[in-house]
Amino acid sequence: MHELAIAQSLLEIVEQEALPYSGARVTRVKLLIGKLSGVVPDALRFAFEVISQGGIAEGASLDIQEVPLRLRCHQCGEVFVVDDPFMTCPRCEGPEVEMVSGRELEIRSMEIDDGDQAGQGHP
Amino acid sequence: MEIKLVKDILEANEVIASQNRRLFADEGVYVVNLMGSPGAGKTTLLERTIEHIKDRKRIAVIEGDIATSRDAQRVAAYAIPTVQINTGGACHLDGNMVREGLRELDFDKIDLLLVENVGNLVCPAEFKIGEDDKVMLISVTEGDDKPLKYPLMFQVSSVLLLNKIDLLSYLDFDLERFRSDALKVNPHLEVMAISCNTGEGLDNWFRWLEERVNKKGT
Ligand SMILES: [Zn+2]
Repeated sequence: MHELAIAQSLLEIVEQEALPYSGARVTRVKLLIGKLSGVVPDALRFAFEVISQGGIAEGASLDIQEVPLRLRCHQCGEVFVVDDPFMTCPRCEGPEVEMVSGRELEIRSMEIDDGDQAGQGHP
Repeated sequence: MEIKLVKDILEANEVIASQNRRLFADEGVYVVNLMGSPGAGKTTLLERTIEHIKDRKRIAVIEGDIATSRDAQRVAAYAIPTVQINTGGACHLDGNMVREGLRELDFDKIDLLLVENVGNLVCPAEFKIGEDDKVMLISVTEGDDKPLKYPLMFQVSSVLLLNKIDLLSYLDFDLERFRSDALKVNPHLEVMAISCNTGEGLDNWFRWLEERVNKKGT
């Protein structure tokens, strides 16, 4: 369900960005997804595949790069990657940490195929 | 051809949520986004909270629900402004849905807006609505392993209300483990053990809430 709402937002952005290239098709979308965002990549792919049908992004593949949960400790300055979502420093056990990465839900780029007939479909 | 974008996927929601937040700030209304799993007792908590505070603070409620309006009817029985939002299948409220609901409220007559989100431990954590604080409600019948399974919701919340502690003696629920896991995920979390059934622990919650409302109103 979570993935469906995110796929919808993603599709809106992609379709909006593709507007100037009328007649083009979106073939690939590159994403950064943080580990803590709770998004399951396969569920996102599936949701996107379903809702993009009949539109400009139908058949586009999602190229998802997962971003680890990375924290910085205020006490010892250590930057570290954690597997558990525990917000304590594994080095000095200091409780004051800030998140450096892990909550990303970003679209980085998209690839479009605007065909090889020059001028066709362009405004 | 590759087109660089570098955009937050939830950017549209963030923009609307910050507009809501500005409106709440201008009007001096303190807003709680109440999140939790289905059956955790969110509506009962609202009822207890309204009973306790309604003579001292002017309350309004937004009820988010996938389809029914049963919760809103329960809350409206207290004769306070209540707005029902049906998400039409979506498992969370977003900034835009709340913005639409706000049209029905008269902010000159409100100090505190309680927003009951859709019952779900994942999605509501990701979508801001412009709230001052996120409050998470979970019940002991759900098990003590939730902080590790749904870390984001624990991470973004200011208060964690652990409900139905009157049932603890019947369950295999390790309160200390739950509390320490929750604090490892979010060291700033205020954990309050409560029972909406017996009223145990609710005073802590009422006090916390009233302090926040007072602070925002001044
Ligand atoms: Zn450290």
